[in-house]
This record gives sequence, structure tokens and C-alpha cells, in this order.
Amino acid sequence: MSIEVLMKEFQDVAYNPGKQLADFKAQGKKVIGVLPYYAPEELVYAAGMVPMGIWGTNKKTIVRAKEYCATFYCTIAQLALEMLLDGTMDGLDGLITPTICDTLRPMSQNFRVAIGEKIPCIFLAHPQNRFADWGIQFCMDQYNDVKAGLEKIAGHEISNEAILDAIKVYNKSRAARREFVKLASDHCDVVTPTLRSAVLKASFFMLKDAYTEKLTALNEELKKLPVCDWKGVKVVTSGIICDNPALLQIFEENNIAIAADDVAHESRAFRTDAPEDEADGIKALALQFKAQDYEVLLYDPQSNQNRRGEFVANLVKESGAQGLVLFMQQFCDPEEMEYPYLKKALDAAGVPHIKLGIDQQMRDFGQARTAIQAFADVLG
Amino acid sequence: MAKEVSPGVKALRKVVDDVHADARKAKAEGKLVGWSSSKFPCELAEAFDLNVMYPENQAAGIAANRDGEIMCQAAEDLGFDNDICGYARISLAYAAGKRAARKFDPETLEYIIDPNSGKPLKDENGQVVIDEATGKPKKDPKTQSPYTVLVDIHEIEAMPDSPLKDKYWESIKPYRQMRIPQPDFVLCCNNICNCMTKWYENIARMCNIPLIMIDIPYNNTVEVHDSNVAYVRAQFDNAIHQLEELTGKKFDEEKFNRACANANRTASAWLRVCDYLQYKPAPYSGFDLFNHMADIVTARGKVEAAEAFELLEKDLEQAIKEGTTTTPFPEKYRVMFEGIPCWPKLPNLFKPLKQNGVNVTAVVYAPAFGFVYDDLDGMARAYYKAPNSVCIEQGVDWREGICRDNKVDGVLVHYNRSCKPWSGYMAEMQRRFTADLGVPCAGFDGDQADPRNFNEAQYDTRVQGLVEAMEQNAKNKAAKEG
Repeated sequence: MSIEVLMKEFQDVAYNPGKQLADFKAQGKKVIGVLPYYAPEELVYAAGMVPMGIWGTNKKTIVRAKEYCATFYCTIAQLALEMLLDGTMDGLDGLITPTICDTLRPMSQNFRVAIGEKIPCIFLAHPQNRFADWGIQFCMDQYNDVKAGLEKIAGHEISNEAILDAIKVYNKSRAARREFVKLASDHCDVVTPTLRSAVLKASFFMLKDAYTEKLTALNEELKKLPVCDWKGVKVVTSGIICDNPALLQIFEENNIAIAADDVAHESRAFRTDAPEDEADGIKALALQFKAQDYEVLLYDPQSNQNRRGEFVANLVKESGAQGLVLFMQQFCDPEEMEYPYLKKALDAAGVPHIKLGIDQQMRDFGQARTAIQAFADVLG
Repeated sequence: MAKEVSPGVKALRKVVDDVHADARKAKAEGKLVGWSSSKFPCELAEAFDLNVMYPENQAAGIAANRDGEIMCQAAEDLGFDNDICGYARISLAYAAGKRAARKFDPETLEYIIDPNSGKPLKDENGQVVIDEATGKPKKDPKTQSPYTVLVDIHEIEAMPDSPLKDKYWESIKPYRQMRIPQPDFVLCCNNICNCMTKWYENIARMCNIPLIMIDIPYNNTVEVHDSNVAYVRAQFDNAIHQLEELTGKKFDEEKFNRACANANRTASAWLRVCDYLQYKPAPYSGFDLFNHMADIVTARGKVEAAEAFELLEKDLEQAIKEGTTTTPFPEKYRVMFEGIPCWPKLPNLFKPLKQNGVNVTAVVYAPAFGFVYDDLDGMARAYYKAPNSVCIEQGVDWREGICRDNKVDGVLVHYNRSCKPWSGYMAEMQRRFTADLGVPCAGFDGDQADPRNFNEAQYDTRVQGLVEAMEQNAKNKAAKEG
């Protein structure tokens, strides 16, 4: 299949999750909505159900969710609630609600209350002290609770073998996405920021084996192309999410390619594999969570160092980018809290950056356009 | 003239003053001083005789002293977004070495008085003296203060020794919260919020000091399950091990048990003090409880705090006998104040309540800090239950319990711009309060520390609306009762 056809298919999926949900339901599959961050999707897959990521939407406005939230909450969470209230996600058979940030804590309650009996909620609270045996054990306890909730919805047990198999499927998918990110940089003339985003976003709305098969095919096609001689500039993107085509289009207008990313919705979600040499599937998933690092949402025991800032600065250098664009999600404390030290590390490494305030209800990107244009001029 | 306060209140003030003075003394003697989140198990630090200061309490004090805005702005200048919790911003600015200070002339070393500061000058008849030149009231020079400016302790430290340098040190505002020692270690427990995790990591990084972390993941059930208890118990052990390494001392179980006994005794006395708000009329205002928060946060593991609350209890017993109250107006309505108060705007919060005879007779801090436990598992369960770590059912149950016991007529809800976890499910809670208790609720927008997020006009209107609804409720009730 040609690159164009594959890209088109990924775009169709990425921009039409409602259709995906309807198609899965028509196939008789059960679908579980998975909110950010770090839910063990493998368990959903192992249960023979379909996990679909819920990271808000760029197409809706907050109306019904106002009954539950004050204005100062991240739009990803508010729009997720909006879609639960307006019927968009009525087809879901269950919902996993992690609680790693201060918005998701109370929102887990709002989700549960707002959807009532309609969709069962599966609660998840990750441990921040996730390194010692007792931290791993707590994570396993939580994942076992999630597993039990999923088994109830699926109507059958989830075997350890099925989890181990799901881990392999997911590791393969993560490896394919990591490879794609590199290929997207090498072939940034073909894989524009908009297309790159669509390919990665589609992973949240497909079964991972089918997704990986398609992505591997795309990667193979990309490998056949000569590495492009890019005349524009390259940046690393950072933030929670930057999937708005209207915003990414501005990158293209200014010949800005994405060399790599430190985005929660993109690389942060597939940076870390689960070990395949661990016989206990639940433990393997807890060990994966333990290994998550350089993350604004998670506790860093070596917090007197600036590890995360330096990691991102190195990512810029190693990826061959000339600068970093930070998409600062409005009302996101974890991102905001880590900004001064990210800036410090970037400045120390001589990496220029810009910070763009965004939220999912933004429709006018005039200010962002001006900032991106000016940044491209500086880098170019 | 300062308001006459009861022996219990005086004792409580002394406890907090002493905690601060001890920490300053310890620092001067080269001993370790830590900073701790408000609901970190203080029993652990007490077992090692450590001096500990509490940034949340400090930030509230700084905000109440009207320096919240300048400190918040200082944090913003360091790159921290103005969306971040005001307490965190104040604390991070302080950790970075920023201080609110009194402006002075570097030549003369004299303070430069802000002409807009101070209270109006009154003549011998108590009449405000008008300045003939401007037509405006004259200010009483005795009440005027210098302009507030920001200084940086690291910059002062780097100056050569001189009277100017000494003056800079002296110019730092003299109230205790602006004079707490820089930390040698930090104790973080994120049961209050997850913002705490990154806040304390930032302090650890700024000051290059160790961080001891006790993580309390959010809980979705009223019960705290054994799995959660085991996780927290293991973290207690880990924290003890880290404190042993930090101090070079062995864990003193006897001191620890004593601290636990003190904490339980303080909490019990605190709860009994809170329960005096059940009397109608109440012998004091819930706003006074906010002031005693400093004790329950900074000293609940100390016997002096327990004794001071017990003394206050006696004062209240006496007040009930005598039928007196410290509330400076007749109590017409009783409300629960939901959330942390807007510290920089306490007088503004109080004004329309006073005008309408509304007394605050219930605050959520009563159950939130009134936890008593029997053993280590109980202690883990107790620390699992903070205002923002419990599920909506537990949160509603706490609040409706005190609303019933303290006989409230309405609920005033602070949508606190600084506190996402607290404000995040208040809309649903409001609906439940009204459905379950039949009381009206009114919400207003504000902030615990940043005065820029409080709109007085909106607040006044909302209080007025609440009063009207309570009035109507009272009329309906009276009509029903015939």
C-alpha cells in the first residue's frame, strides 16, 4: 500500500473516533474508554475488549460539563466529561479513570457521578513511590482491581497468558511508534506535522495489533525513501497534547518539521516497554510503570537534580532539532510546575524555545501563528 | 486597641510563636530545619526532635499579611505560571530566597513611608481629620508603613559587610512567616494534593536538599483498604530509614509514641473545640478556627498544643455558661464556610457576613484535622483521609455531618482558584447539600493567597443571595410550624 493511502487511513481513524466506536460495537466488541494517564491498556486488550483513549476533543465546546466543573480545569478532562454527558460515548462498555493529577482526582468522582449506572467506572490510583517492592505491590494491587473491573464487564476471567500476550503486542506497537517517530523526522518532507500527529493519534482508536500492522507497513514504505534534505527547521515538541490540525498546519506553513517529541499524548505514552521476561503479567505492567521516567506527572526521587529538564534538552540535541516548542496546556499544574526548570536546562544547553498556551476549545490561532512564524525566523 | 483574647487563644498563639522561635534558634545553632506539608505525619519528625516549618501555613500567614501578591508575582517572574496554587507560588518564591521587605533610602537608611498606607487620623472627638489641601482624610502617621519591595537573600548575602547590608537584612518584614529559616530537608505528603509533589521537588532542587516523600494516592471508597494501608505503612518505615540517615540518629520509639499520644490528644481537644460551634448562638466564629489552624498544623505532635486547645475548651465552657460570644454581632444565620478562606481578604469576607448576622459555625477543617488513631495501621488510615484525598461520598458525609451537628442554615462555597482538587467536585456537593439538608448554597470565586483572584462585588452579591434564600427558608419553616 502506498504511503498516501496508509496516511489517509490513519487520518480517517484519528479524526473519526466515533465511527471507530460504532464499527467496533457493530462487530460485537466491547469497548472501554481509557482516560489519561498510564492506564494499563494491555489488560483491556487481554480481556478481548477494545481500549479507546479519551484525550478530549478539538471539535466540541464545554456546555454540559459546566454543571460539574469550574472554569479553571484542563479542557482535556472537561471535554471528556462533555462527551460522556452529550451521548458521544454512550457506546462505551466501561471507563478507566486514572487520578495522577489534581484535575483527574476530583474528575474521577465527576465522571462516576455524571454517568451513573450507564457506564461502569473503573478507578485507578497509581503510586508515586513506585520503585521499592511495596510500591510495585501497590501498583499490582491497583492493576488487579482494574483487572477485576474489566473481567466483570467482559464476563470472563483475564488469564495471565492473555496479559503476557497483550504485553508482547503492546511492546511491538510501542517499538513501531518509536521507529515511526524517527522515520518521521528523517522523512519530514513526507510526514508533515499534521500527518505525524494523525498517525500517532490513531493508535488510541485502534486495536493495537491491527494498528501495528498498518504502522509497520508505513514504516517499511518510509524506509524505502531517501532521507530528506530538509531546508526548513526542526523542533522538538513538548507538552500534554498537540493534535490540533489547525495548529500543526502553522508549522507546515513555516517549514517547521518535528524531529522528536516530549508529549504525553505521543512519545511519553510509548517510551517505556513492559518487561517480557517477567512471568507475572500484572507485575510486568507494574514494573513498566516503575520504569516511567522524566515525566512531569510522576515523582522523581532524585528531585534535587534537574533530570527531566536535562533529558528534554538532550532530546533536542540528539534529534537534530534546533529548538523546542512547548504547548502549555492551560490549567495543567504539572506542566506549569516543571516549566522553570525545563527552561533552565534548555537555556543552559543553548536550546531556544517558545511556550504556546493552548487549550482544546481554541479555534483562533492568530497569536500562535505569529509566535511560530517568529520562532521559525529565529531558528532559520 | 487590640482585641482582648482568652487565655486559651493566648496559649495557642504562644505555641506557634515558640515553634517558629525554636526553628530560628535551631538554624542559628547549625541544626537541621525542615519544611513539611501540612498533613505529613509530624509524629515521625517529632521522634527525631527535628524542627519543622510548614509552608502552607507560612503562605497563609504571608497572604494574610498582605504580601501574597508580591510573593506570587516573584514566583511568576521565576517562570511559575499564575495558574499554580498561590501557596505554592509564595513558598517557591520564598525557597528561591525572595522576601517582602520595607523600602528604605540606601543613602540615609531611612524607611520610605507609603503615603497611602495607614488608617485615617482621628481628632480628640473621634472624628476623621480632613486634609484641607486635598479634601481627603489625613493618615495617622503612627499607623503608616513603608512601601513593600522585594529583596533576595542571596543577593544580600553576596554584599560586602556594611551598614547597608545590615539594613537590607533588617528591612525584611519582621512577622514570623517572612522570617522562617531556609530548609535543610523537605517532608512531602501529597494527601492534600498532587501539586505538593512537584512543589516540594522544586524546593529540593532549588535548595539542593533531600526530599522525603509519603505518597497517598487518591481514594475512591469511604474505607481505606488494607492494600492502601500496607503501602502507606511501608512508606512510614522508609521515611524513618531516610530520617535516620539524615540525622545520624536511631529512631526513638518512645519519642514517637509520645508524639502520637500528643497528636491524638491535640486532635481530640481540637474536635471538642470545634464542637462548641454546635451551640446556638455559637460562642465564637468559625473564622477563629481558621486562625487556630496554625496550631493544629505546626504543633499537633506537641503537648503544648494539646494543653492550649484544652485551655481554649475551658474558655468556651465558661463562655457558654455566661452566654457570651466572641462573634461581634448577633447571630441570625449560621452557615458552613466551604474551603480555605481568602486570607488576603479576610476583612472583606467578614464584612457582609457581619452586616447580615451570618455566623460561620462549620468549617471542613474540623473533621479534616480531628483524626484520632490507635495504632500504626490506624495512623496510616488517618493520614489517608485528607480533604482532597477522599471520595465524594466521604467528602459529603463529613460536611453534612458538621452541617447537621452545627445546625447550619446555608452553605457558602469558595471556588478556590488555587485549589483544583478541592474545588473540583464542589458543584456536585452543592447539589447534594441542598437535596439532603434542604439548605441553600452559594458559590463565589476567590483564592486562598492571591488577592487578584477575588472579586468583592461578586462575593457580596452571592452572600446577599444566600441570605435571601435563608430568610425565605426560615419564613417557610415558620409558616409550616404555624
